[in-house]
Amino acid sequence: MKAEDFRKDFPIFQGNDYIYFDNAATSQRPQAVIDEVADFYKRSNANPLRGLYDWSVDATDRYEHARETVAKFIGAKKSCEIVFTRNTTESMNLLAYSYGLKNVNEGDEIVISVMEHHSNILPWQMVCRQKGAKLIWLEPDDEGVITKEEYESKITDRAKIVSIGHVSNVLGVTNPVKEIAAYAHAKGAVVITDGAQSVPHMKVDVQDLGVDFLAFSGHKLMAPMGIGVLYGREELLEAMDPFLTGGEMIEYVTRDSATWAELPHKFEAGTVNAADAVGLEAAIKYIEKVGFDYIESKERQLTRLLMDGMSELSYIKVYGSKDPDKHCGIVTFTIDGVHPHDISSVLNEDRVCVRAGHHCAQPLMQYLGVGSTARASLYFYNTEEEVHRFLEVLKGVRKVMGYGD
Amino acid sequence: MEIKQLYREIVNEHNLNPEHRGVMENPSLKLRGVNPSCGDDITLQLKINDEGIIEDAMFDGCGCAISQASVDMMADQIIGRNKEEALKLASTFMGMIRGDVTDEKEIEELDEAAALQDVSHMPARVKCAVLGWKTMQEILEHPEKSEN
Repeated sequence: MKAEDFRKDFPIFQGNDYIYFDNAATSQRPQAVIDEVADFYKRSNANPLRGLYDWSVDATDRYEHARETVAKFIGAKKSCEIVFTRNTTESMNLLAYSYGLKNVNEGDEIVISVMEHHSNILPWQMVCRQKGAKLIWLEPDDEGVITKEEYESKITDRAKIVSIGHVSNVLGVTNPVKEIAAYAHAKGAVVITDGAQSVPHMKVDVQDLGVDFLAFSGHKLMAPMGIGVLYGREELLEAMDPFLTGGEMIEYVTRDSATWAELPHKFEAGTVNAADAVGLEAAIKYIEKVGFDYIESKERQLTRLLMDGMSELSYIKVYGSKDPDKHCGIVTFTIDGVHPHDISSVLNEDRVCVRAGHHCAQPLMQYLGVGSTARASLYFYNTEEEVHRFLEVLKGVRKVMGYGD
Repeated sequence: MEIKQLYREIVNEHNLNPEHRGVMENPSLKLRGVNPSCGDDITLQLKINDEGIIEDAMFDGCGCAISQASVDMMADQIIGRNKEEALKLASTFMGMIRGDVTDEKEIEELDEAAALQDVSHMPARVKCAVLGWKTMQEILEHPEKSEN
């Protein structure tokens, strides 16, 4: 199969020549996902998990089937280890409130890295502030790599939680989560990974990685916006208190007490987002049809083409590894003398979509010494032709901004 | 006007060769203005004489071309005016960018800064264009916030 064949499955790509290079922010949705969500509302719409009539039973079945599909997709042992949330951010907040506040105490340490997305920073800052714990920052080397020396020197017996992004949303580098998890476990810490940028692009298996928790968003892997996942090891989830309380998460309620529903429902208060969970299942089926072998090889091919082209332009600086294979399709760059917002606006005039700004990773921007950057992020449905046109348009940016070349 | 034309004809000159960029010695008022979501970050400095006239205006910091050009044009327009006149211009400018002020006569008051009117059709860039003006409004209305 070629990228062109997959593109036919995406309504948004039809009848225009927009170049969508902002896949790290959100991906596009294939018709199969859109259809599945619509089909849920057309055929099965009723409040899941409570009703005793046909439609509600059907809604429940489809919702729980989606959970089983997610569990298999990431190698969870049981489907009760899959909690549906809105997105990675909500998953991280759930962990901070329900696990962090309960298990972290004064003098303890929480270890993250300087390349985390804000969603894997702010919840831990909150826990540290409230509990008098210390936030420890891992830093990458010049190629964007967190070395063994770095994590072994900073993860100590005081670490209660180690929470590391699997793939950086700015540098595209894949962090050694498996190695960090093994080391952190030996030190007695619980290990969380933010899979927002990895799960859509590579086979992620929680058993192989050896992490205790994994958070990711559906919308970056072609599912609808507003459905996300928190995976957690059963015994850890079991010992945690609910994050939100209210409907559909109780076992029994009296005037002054309540007992919680069994896993995973105690973490899913209120009417659940069943339609989008079903959409997530359709997206996973689609991704499995495409196959991670194809996804990875296509992204590498396009990234190499893109970075080779950019390296010929002396006024462009690319951040992270010089090796395109280590970018997971993410190429963050600056152009001498041109603010990234102006880059994005000028590119938009030629129907090219890239992100500009701090990418919700300000500590990393500070670490790199840049205020903001532009980012082109690819997915398997992008094409060589798009990369060539992107490079042509990029060559014109400085001229538009009043420079000679 | 499309954005490339806007850059070429208006913004680039002020962005590449700003007249009022720099650090002022002993400003009467000084305030930092930031667009947190996109990182435009300026420090506006005003020198106001005993008669209440803005004798000089300068800015320092960094940001996209539209934010920097806009504040440079603003400095051009407010030097020599008093506080009330400067605030009136700010409200006209922000009204123009929001699309509320469309009266040509009123917009002409802004002189060169009126050229940024087309930003009103570029929602993503509105915050960039108004940063300098908002910062000036803030410091003139709340001089107690001055950071000097």
